[in-house]
Amino acid sequence: MEYERLGLVAGIEIHQQLNTSEKLFCRCPTELRPFEAHNGEFFRYLRATESELGEIDRAAREEMKNLRKFRYYTYDSTCLVENDEEPPAPLNPEALAICLQIAKMCGMTPIPQVHTMRKLVIDGSNTSGFQRTALVAVNGTLPNGGAIETICLEEEAAQRVKDEVFSLDRLGIPLVEITTSPCMRSPEEVQEIAEYLGMVLRSTGKVKRGLGTIRQDVNISIREGARVEIKGVQELDLIAEVVRREVQRQQRLLSIRQRLRERGASVSRAPQDVTALFSHSGSKILMKASRIMAVTLAGFAGLVGEEIQAGRRLGSELSDYAKKCGVGGIFHTDELPAYGVTAEEVSALRAEVGAADADCVVLVAGDTRQVECACQQVILRAEHALEGVPEETRKMLEGGSTSYMRPLPGAARMYPETDVLPVPVTSEFWEEIPRVELLNAKAERFRREHGLDAAVARQMAYSEHVMLFQRAVDLGISATLAARTLIATLKELSRDGLDVRPLLADRDREGVPVLPEVLQVLLGVKDARVGKEAVPDVLRRIIQGESPESAMQAVESTAAGADLEALARSIVRERMPFVREKGMEALGPLMGVMMKEVRGAVDGRKVSQVLKAALSEALGEK
Amino acid sequence: MSDLRSGDLVRCFVGGSELKGTYITSRDGMAVLKMDSGYNIGVFPGDCTLIERPPPVKPEREEVIQDPSLPMLSIVSTGGTIASRIDYRTGAVTSQFDASDILRAIPGLSAIARYRTRKLYTILSENMTPSIWQELARAVYDEIKGGARGVIVTHGTDTMAYSAAALSFMLDTPVPVVFVGSQRSADRPSSDNVMNALCSASVAVGDLGEVAVVMHGTTSDDRCAIHRGTRVRKMHTSRRDAFQSIGVSPLGYVDYPSLKVTLSPGTRGRGACEPAIHDRLEPACGLLYFSPGMSPDMLSAYSGLKGVVIAGSGLGHVSTSLIPAIRELVNEGTLVVMTSQCLHGRVCDRVYDTGRDLIRAGVVEGEDMLPETALVKLMWVLGNEPDSQRARRMMQENLKGEYTRRSLHGV
Repeated sequence: MEYERLGLVAGIEIHQQLNTSEKLFCRCPTELRPFEAHNGEFFRYLRATESELGEIDRAAREEMKNLRKFRYYTYDSTCLVENDEEPPAPLNPEALAICLQIAKMCGMTPIPQVHTMRKLVIDGSNTSGFQRTALVAVNGTLPNGGAIETICLEEEAAQRVKDEVFSLDRLGIPLVEITTSPCMRSPEEVQEIAEYLGMVLRSTGKVKRGLGTIRQDVNISIREGARVEIKGVQELDLIAEVVRREVQRQQRLLSIRQRLRERGASVSRAPQDVTALFSHSGSKILMKASRIMAVTLAGFAGLVGEEIQAGRRLGSELSDYAKKCGVGGIFHTDELPAYGVTAEEVSALRAEVGAADADCVVLVAGDTRQVECACQQVILRAEHALEGVPEETRKMLEGGSTSYMRPLPGAARMYPETDVLPVPVTSEFWEEIPRVELLNAKAERFRREHGLDAAVARQMAYSEHVMLFQRAVDLGISATLAARTLIATLKELSRDGLDVRPLLADRDREGVPVLPEVLQVLLGVKDARVGKEAVPDVLRRIIQGESPESAMQAVESTAAGADLEALARSIVRERMPFVREKGMEALGPLMGVMMKEVRGAVDGRKVSQVLKAALSEALGEK
Repeated sequence: MSDLRSGDLVRCFVGGSELKGTYITSRDGMAVLKMDSGYNIGVFPGDCTLIERPPPVKPEREEVIQDPSLPMLSIVSTGGTIASRIDYRTGAVTSQFDASDILRAIPGLSAIARYRTRKLYTILSENMTPSIWQELARAVYDEIKGGARGVIVTHGTDTMAYSAAALSFMLDTPVPVVFVGSQRSADRPSSDNVMNALCSASVAVGDLGEVAVVMHGTTSDDRCAIHRGTRVRKMHTSRRDAFQSIGVSPLGYVDYPSLKVTLSPGTRGRGACEPAIHDRLEPACGLLYFSPGMSPDMLSAYSGLKGVVIAGSGLGHVSTSLIPAIRELVNEGTLVVMTSQCLHGRVCDRVYDTGRDLIRAGVVEGEDMLPETALVKLMWVLGNEPDSQRARRMMQENLKGEYTRRSLHGV
C-alpha cells in the first residue's frame, strides 16, 4: 500500500451535538435561531494569552490584547450565562448520562469523578474566552482494532454571523468529543471509522441531526512530516479526500525542503522598507499602504509559487501566516509581475533588496505595526519550509484542501472551572446506564423481524423517525406501510412545502402525551377505516387543519359516494378492445386507472374485487 | 498515597486502565490528577502510586521598568483581584499584587502612570470589618501624604460600596481615591478587570477630588461609570455593570478603549481641600431589615447598640407592633435612623400614622440615604460627635454627598 509506505498515521476527533432539552451549563433550550430573531447585542474585548499566540512577536500581542473586539447577538432563548454575566449552572445531568451511554457503547472506562475545565479559546466564539470541557471516560475500542482514547463533554461555541460577530444561540449546546488513537493507516480507513462512530452516536437517538451538528477533526502525519490537525470537516464523504490532500501537501513540502537544502537556501531575518518604490504603483493595495516591507528568501525562487495542494502554494501558507497580523495577504516575486505590479517595479525591487534571480522576494503592505508583525510571520513560516512540515491546526476549505489556522494547541491552555463542582460517576450510576442497540444491528433486526427490504430496513433504522416506526409496529401496524409513510410520504409532503412536524408530535400543546397523528391514521388503515392508498391525502388534510378523524371520513366518503361498480363497468367498457386482447390480464393496468379515479381513497383490495367482477362480466358477455 | 505532593508524577488505575498524570491535590476524599492533555480527573487516592517527583519549576519574572516622567499612583490592595496569573501546570490561579506583576498582566497601565503598591489585606470583601475600613483609611491617607497623585483601592465587589462610603466619611481627599474590582474573574480572557483597571487609573490621574467607585457602565466593554462612594450600590449579583449610582447621576464616565474621562458638573475637583483624616468609628451600630410580621423580640438583639438604621418599607415604615420596641431603643439612648428598602426615593414619616408614630418615638428620617451608607455614616457620626442632639442633626445633613436635598426626576 502506498500510504503505508509513506508512513501515514491518522486519528480523528468527532464532535457531536446532543439533543438535550437544556444547555450544558445553563437552562436555555438547545435550539438554533435565525439571526434576524436576535433581540439585542453587546460587545467585548478578549485578551490574548501568550500560549495562544506564541508565534507572534510581543508588539503584535500587545496590540491584540487591546483590540480584539467581538460583537454578540442575544435572543429570548439565551441568558446571562451565555453573556458571561452569570456563573454556570451545574453540569447538565441529562448530557452526562448520554455521554456515559456513548462511552459504554464504545467499551470505555468512566472517570470516577468528572472535573470541568476551562480551555482557552480567544477567537471570540466563547464569550468567556474559554470553552468548558470535561473528560468523562477513557480507553474504548474500535472495529479496526484501534482505540478510542477519550470521550469528553463540552460546550458548543457561538456561531459566527460574519467576521467578528457571533450568535449566542449555539453557545453552550452540549457536545461530545470522541478522540481516537492515531490508529488509521489509509484515507479510506479514516472515513470508515468516522462513519462507524457517527452510527454509534446516532444509535443513542439523543444526538442532534442535520448539517453542522456533527464535525470531524482529522489528525494526520506522514513519515518525516508533522502532526497536522484539520478542523471542521462537516461532510463525511470528504474525509478520505481531506486525508489524501494533506498527505500530498506534506509530501510536496518535504520535496520543497529537499530542493531548498540542495540550493543552500536561507531566509533573511531583516525585512527592508521598500515603500518608496511603489509610490506610483498600478497596484491599488500597494498604493494605499502606508508601509511596504520586503523579505528576501534566498534560493526560494520558483518554489514559493509551486502548488502543494489543489489551489494552494507555499505562497498561500506564507500569506496565511501574514494574515494573522491583519494584512490582507502578501505578494511574492514567483507570481509577479501581476496584480498591477509591473516588470520594471519587480526589477527595481530586486535591485533595491539585492535579490538574485534564484531568490524570491515577499512583499507585505499595510500600516507599520501590521507590516512589521506580518514580516516576522513570513520569516517564521519560510524558516519552517527549510525544516519541512510545521505542526499546525488547519481548517478545511471547500473541496478538501486546507488553510493555516494556528499552531497546534497544547495542554497549557487548560485550567479548572472552579465554578462547577466535580461530579462523581459512581459504579451504581454507571451500571444503570442502558446499552442501546446499534443502528446497524437494528437495521438487520428490522429486515429479519418485519420482513423489510434490506435497503428500507437500513433507511428506517437510521431515520430520525425510528422511534415512531417502532411504536407503529408495536401497535400492530404493517411495517411496510409504516416505513413507507415515515420515509417516503413525509418526504413528499415536505417537498410540497408542508410542515410535517405536527403530525409527529407525541405531546399536545399543553404537553399532555398523545398518539401522534400519523400513527392515528396508520391505525385507521389497520382497522380498515381508510385505504392505505389514501394515507398521503389524509395527512395532507390534517396538515391543512382537519382532525385525523374528519380527514379520514372525508376521504372515505368521497370514495364511498362514487358507485364503485358503475365506475368499474364504465372503465372496462371504454377499453373493450384492450380488455378483449388481454383477457383477465387487463386487471393490473385497469387497477391503476381505477385507483386514480378514486384518488386512492378506497382500499385496493376492494377495488380489485369490484374490477375483477366487472371484467369477468364483460368477458362473459362476449 | 498520603505522601503525594502537588507536582508529583503519578500512576493510577481506573477500572483496569492505567493512567499517568500530575498529582494536584486531594479534595473531598478524591485525588485530583492532571493528564498530559490538560484535563483534570478525580480518582480514588488508593489507586495512585508515585512515579517520580520532578524538581519544582520557578516561573520566570522580568521586572517591568516604569516611565519616570509619568505621575505616581498608589495601588492599595485589600483582596479584590485586579490581576491574576494561571499556572497551567497545576491549574492554580494566583492573584497578583506586586507592581511588576500587575503591569505584566495589564500592560496598558504603564502608559498611564507609575505605580507603587501596598498589600494591606488579602481577604474576601464579606469579611471586611469597620476596623479594617479604618486601617484602609489610614493607609490611603499615608499614600496621599506621601505624594501619590491618586490612590487605587482594589477591593472585592460584595462590600465595596460600604468601604467606599466609610472612606468618604473618614477622609478629606484632594486627590482621587478610586475603588475598583472585577465581577468576572481576572483569569478569564473576557474579565472586566483590565478595562476597570485602566479606567480607574485614568480617573486616578484626573481631576477628581473624591472617593469613587469605577466599574463597568454597561454589559458591553464601552465605558466605565464613576460613582460617588456614598451613593453607589451593587445592584446585581453577577453582571459587569452591577454597580449603580442610586438617586443621582454618576460622577462621570470613562470611555473605552480611548480612556477619555468626562466628569459631570458638580463633582468635587482635585485640590479642593487639604488632606485630612477623621478615622474614629462607633462599631456598635446595626442595620435592621424590616419584614411583615417581624416579632418585636428580634429588636432585643439590637438593644444596647449606639445606633440602628432601619431599612423600612415604602416611605419608611415598620409594623405598628414594632413601634413600642423602637421607642424603648430610643429611650435607652440608641440613635435610630429610618431608610427605605425601596432604595430609590426619600423617606417621609409624616404621611401615614405609622410614620408619625415613628417620629414621635424618636426615629430620625434618613432622607434619601441608602441604608448601607446611612449605617456607615451613623458609625462615623457617633464615633466623632459625642453630643447626641448634634449627632441627630448631622444624620440629616449632607456631609459627603450621601444625601440630596432635592429628589430629581430622571435619575
